[in-house]
Amino acid sequence: MTDTRYTKEHEWIRVDGESATVGITDYAQSQLGDIVFVEVPDAGKAISKGGEAAVVESVKAASEVYAPVSGTVTEGNAGLGDAPDTVNSDPTGDGWFFKMTLSDAAELEGLMDQAAYDAYLKEIDA
Amino acid sequence: MKAVAGDDSVCVFEPREVCVPDTAALDDLLTTPLDALHRELGAKMVPFAGYSMPVQYPLGVLKEHLHTRSAAGLFDVSHMGQADLVGENIAAALEGLVPGELQALKPGRIRYTQLLNDDGGIIDDLMVARPIDGDPNRVHLVVNAACKDKDYAVLKAGLPDAALQRKDDHALLALQGPQASEVLALFDAGCTTMPFMSLRPATINGVEVVVSRCGYTGEDGFEISVSAADADGVARTLIDQPNVEPIGLGARDSLRLESGLCLYGHDMDDETSPIEADLTWSIGKRRRAEGGFPGEARILKELHEGPSRLRVGLKPVGRAPAREGAVIEVPDGAAVGVVTSGGFGPTAERPIAMGYVATEHAKPGTRLHLIVRGKALEADVVDMPFVPQRYYRGSK
Repeated sequence: MTDTRYTKEHEWIRVDGESATVGITDYAQSQLGDIVFVEVPDAGKAISKGGEAAVVESVKAASEVYAPVSGTVTEGNAGLGDAPDTVNSDPTGDGWFFKMTLSDAAELEGLMDQAAYDAYLKEIDA
Repeated sequence: MKAVAGDDSVCVFEPREVCVPDTAALDDLLTTPLDALHRELGAKMVPFAGYSMPVQYPLGVLKEHLHTRSAAGLFDVSHMGQADLVGENIAAALEGLVPGELQALKPGRIRYTQLLNDDGGIIDDLMVARPIDGDPNRVHLVVNAACKDKDYAVLKAGLPDAALQRKDDHALLALQGPQASEVLALFDAGCTTMPFMSLRPATINGVEVVVSRCGYTGEDGFEISVSAADADGVARTLIDQPNVEPIGLGARDSLRLESGLCLYGHDMDDETSPIEADLTWSIGKRRRAEGGFPGEARILKELHEGPSRLRVGLKPVGRAPAREGAVIEVPDGAAVGVVTSGGFGPTAERPIAMGYVATEHAKPGTRLHLIVRGKALEADVVDMPFVPQRYYRGSK
């Protein structure tokens, strides 16, 4: 069973058992605008919750993507190198950033579920 | 996810000296006469130089940029400072503050120059125009928004006998792109054959305006000075044309970067000389021979012996952009300069940058390293512009 959680910094993490996939939300891509460059972490890289894990650049700005939870990267999305705009067109699908294993599944508890994230978006857009 | 470089919310386009995280309430910002139109068009508004300005419209920076290069874009640049300087033989008097050749300016012609401090550093860059009627005692000025107050103070102090007449009741619109001329021709056919860097009065749907053939995109284009009261109507008339889209400050920045044009506060400041900034072309021949401008000793020395550093174009070899502030190193690791503007060029379809390097490393073809997030990105020094400029050079 998969479960998607969200951070206040607009990353999503889709957990499937011991492993998870991470990306940025549709809201995040719409705020960034046209994405022209993405740097994803290599497999084997240890990342810690809240630490920088990837970089995404639009025409006008560079932004860091933070690790929603701690763990080890198992795969970076190599497809984004040649097609960074996939993050705009399919942020929660083919536009994923990296896959990881979790070192502490309890960290997921502090993240928002879909309903909480939707409410959060309403709050910041108000 | 959090912006770390070049984010408009921390005023990416703002000169450094006034670039403070914007804690002021949005209500404290000035608005231009097109404010209601921007909001109606769905613009994302950001603080810039004390004004609330559109950074992008729903089209987005990338498509706005490409549209300007392929058709025509309308920019609100009303935040810029428009003023007249009035005084006896004013062109000669103003030459005491700038290195541009102003006395030779013919009626209705415009020149790009720089206000200099006593050390030859650039206080601001500006446009100076001789009135169309040839009045020897008046010039028209357009200065940068963030530098208005500073410039006007410098002009008053340097030219105590001249009067500065601010045109704060005027908006400034820029219509830029290869189809800008045919759009203006729908309203005033005389605009199509105006020389580059000239101005003339024109009429748009019955509204009297002053049109200058210049801009900040590298494309053919015009700047339209119009009374604040008429600005909204003129802007709506122009964007109603099927080939005209409204364009925000985001694309304005990527367009000027591709064209190799300097942004004050980023690519030059009060320590940079026009020679270092590679603006030597803007210093008239007579002025080089005679001097008579602030910082003359430094500038003439740099002219003859070469400056110690020079503004250059930089092409990163890979796909990662290098932004303002990235340190430039030679491959063995010694720092030789810094990136002053950088990003992705939508028409160049690649990352592009400009910056200052020690002159011995400024030769096109030199391989340098740009330090981005602790990593060295390979980049080559290149001639600018990154995209050919397409100014109007007369009918073919």
